[in-house]
Amino acid sequence: MADRRVDEARYWRANLRILTLLLLIWFFTAFGLGILGVELLNRIQIAGFPLGFWFAQQGAIYIFILLIFVYACWMDRVDGRFRAD
Amino acid sequence: MSILAWTYIIVGLTFALYIGIAFFSRVSSTSGFYVAGQGVSPLANGMATAADWMSAASFISMAGLISFMGYTGAIYLMGWTGGYVLLALLLAPYLRKYGKYTVPEFVGDRYYSQAARLVAVFCAIFISFTYIAGQMRGVGIVFSRFLEVDVNTGVIAGMALVLLYATLGGMRGITYTQVAQYSVLIVAYLIPAVAISWKMTGNPIPQLGFGSKITEGPNAGMYLLQAIDAIHRDLGLPEYTAAFVAGKKGMIDVLAITMALMVGTAGLPHVLIRFYTVPSPRAARWSAVWALVFIGLLYTTAPAVATFARVNMIQTLHGASYADAPEWFTSWEKTGLIRFVDKDGDGIINYSGDESRNELVIDRDIIVLANPEIARLPAWVVALVAAGGLAAALSTAAGLLLVISSSISHDVVKSMLRPDMSERQELLLARWTAGVAVLVAGYFGINPPGFVAQVVAFAFGLAAASFFPILVLGVFSARTTKQGAIAGMLSGILFTAGYIIYFRFFNRGAGESEWLFGISPEGIGTVGMLLNFAVTTVVSWLTPRPPAQVQALVAEIRLPH
Repeated sequence: MADRRVDEARYWRANLRILTLLLLIWFFTAFGLGILGVELLNRIQIAGFPLGFWFAQQGAIYIFILLIFVYACWMDRVDGRFRAD
Repeated sequence: MSILAWTYIIVGLTFALYIGIAFFSRVSSTSGFYVAGQGVSPLANGMATAADWMSAASFISMAGLISFMGYTGAIYLMGWTGGYVLLALLLAPYLRKYGKYTVPEFVGDRYYSQAARLVAVFCAIFISFTYIAGQMRGVGIVFSRFLEVDVNTGVIAGMALVLLYATLGGMRGITYTQVAQYSVLIVAYLIPAVAISWKMTGNPIPQLGFGSKITEGPNAGMYLLQAIDAIHRDLGLPEYTAAFVAGKKGMIDVLAITMALMVGTAGLPHVLIRFYTVPSPRAARWSAVWALVFIGLLYTTAPAVATFARVNMIQTLHGASYADAPEWFTSWEKTGLIRFVDKDGDGIINYSGDESRNELVIDRDIIVLANPEIARLPAWVVALVAAGGLAAALSTAAGLLLVISSSISHDVVKSMLRPDMSERQELLLARWTAGVAVLVAGYFGINPPGFVAQVVAFAFGLAAASFFPILVLGVFSARTTKQGAIAGMLSGILFTAGYIIYFRFFNRGAGESEWLFGISPEGIGTVGMLLNFAVTTVVSWLTPRPPAQVQALVAEIRLPH
């Protein structure tokens, strides 16, 4: 019983660590690259895109998809380890 | 064959498909009716979520909005997709683990309070009705423009269809028709986008095309986005790709609106409830991945469509003689969506950022709807766009309808008024409430309250300021108490609603200088959400810990199985 409690706490802490990391990236992408830094990044041009504009209208969405994908994969592994314990 | 004939054929075929699916996915239990028996695969749920989420506004209006806003259109692009990150990481797996039927039910159980549940029911119903009226209107508009019938006839046809599959199949019927509707709407969106991208830039992928060079016309050889910026400068408009210049929204407002839309998305009950329909928390995470992939397909195409349409529209019309205006111009002029006012009497169309000289008024909805005609694509593509618009509006309407029906039959009647009701009676009641809700929604579609556009800010603002904080705290802080949650929800709602009502109805002319921190009513949900978080946390610390069984519930929903 006590062991189970320890495992559960460890599982939750692992989850929180992953969450925090991914949400920081989420926040930085949307608000840092897409809004606060947009004018700075717009000075860089890649093909026909000003970079800040590209992040705001394209790049952010790709990164969001990637973040959820990474979370789903990562949690599958954490779930697996928890079940094995 | 004419556009009209094609439209009847394609719309007729898709409707037959939806009815067929409804017939094969009839249900006979409340679990089937409310959550599709929790047997939907992540892939199917991802598609259904995408259709559920993308409404008439996403399909018909969004590209047009972006086309007029340029960079600032990012508030919709990031706001309406970034919310899925919050949903997938903070809510979906836990709500699925909890495993019952509605969002208010979770609020009631987690906060051991029927009062909290009732507040949640009120918010869910208010948000859903606000939204559904717009969908029914969208159905009516598509019908009237493409099938040349009366708007009201269109609304009634749409109502009859939704009534049939929502009452027969409940969540199960809705889920599988949404899968079909997603397929229809995405094909209808991509075909014209690919064709136009290919034509203008030689690159068939719209996401790349709008960063490529124009291959034909007066600006050939220039990058598309540079051309559009130059065109805007010439016309005295703010540059398309520029961020916070005069004539566009300020940075603080863009931040606040983006955040409010993200958090609002994650708090919308008809989206949350989709994650109840899968077999496990793991499946809930994967359906969020699929959902955002399917949504992203349309959302990354929309800004490209916006750019193509903007350049096309100005190049074709600005400086052209009205007498030689293309055929689509005259045919859409009849609908009032595009108007030419010859101010200087020279018969030449002059488009300008200077209101006193501008002679062209363009409604944003025309961008997607008339796009295939502007690019001179075949008639069947035009018909497909009509079917896509209908699919987007109907799928969202059905999802909202189920929230209204389950809130009333399950959360109010079954849990508060008649707990002794049998499952058969509850199912019958759920079907009847869905039926009545369709009629009410149809009524609002036929007699739209004049303030539909204004209250959309409400739906997101309220979802952000009411549900999101207490759902997240309900999972991540076992210390959050009933008193905290109720105080938080009420302060969030009252503040947000008060601010929106004041600036939308009593002080409509107010500008940035009078707004709190320069935040418009569209973005105020962000402040409401922060207020809710703060009040809930403080009140929770001042009140006694939640009872042991609630703390056990929190511990339980955190675990994967």
